[in-house]
Amino acid sequence: MKFAIQINEGPYQHQASDTAYFFTKAALEKGHEVFRVFFYHDGVGNSTRLTTPPQDDRNIVNRWAELAEQYKLDMVVCVAAAQRRGIVDNGEAGRNGKDATNIHPAFRISGLGQLVEAAIQSERLLVFGD
Amino acid sequence: MSELHTVNKSPFEKSSLESCLGHAQEGSAVLLLEDGVYGAAKGAAAVEAKMKAATGIKLYVLGPDFKARGLSADRLIDGVEMVDYAGFVDLAAEHDKVVAWV
Repeated sequence: MKFAIQINEGPYQHQASDTAYFFTKAALEKGHEVFRVFFYHDGVGNSTRLTTPPQDDRNIVNRWAELAEQYKLDMVVCVAAAQRRGIVDNGEAGRNGKDATNIHPAFRISGLGQLVEAAIQSERLLVFGD
Repeated sequence: MSELHTVNKSPFEKSSLESCLGHAQEGSAVLLLEDGVYGAAKGAAAVEAKMKAATGIKLYVLGPDFKARGLSADRLIDGVEMVDYAGFVDLAAEHDKVVAWV
């Protein structure tokens, strides 16, 4: 079965990203397909490569990135939500005159159309938030 | 059309469990997860009564979240089935859509 995942909350403050991660991992391990993981609202905070949690804590960003690499996941960050919250890739830095980028290379910034497409292409859309 | 409803808020914090049970149609399922698992624990008569009144609706709780909050299986309200993440995936696949009461 084809799943789409939407995450509306950032890491560490709420459990949403953890739950979404364990659901996605379990689905992939069962042989299901995950069409896309879409990070929306504060969920875009899951994509910064600059987080440094304590060594005995889970690294939520890297954990997503490792899962994405293993299963070739498409992880998309909403552009408007990212601009508001300072999640920047090379394209956005150039367009908006920023002097740095912080997005992890496992993620890409794109528009809401990607969420709509994921909802249409997938058999189930699961929303994780607070 | 059967739906899987997910509730992630404690019934002592928000009314989403009550709203969900009120809306869920017969043949649907409700999965309690995150702080929502408190709704599946024995001890609060008002919550227990609402859960038991939900006839025709299958009730599930996410085991890892239940245990992470110091609740053991013997605290589970009768009629609630414990699942792991793989079971959550199965429930999502078995029902026609998933409704998150976030």
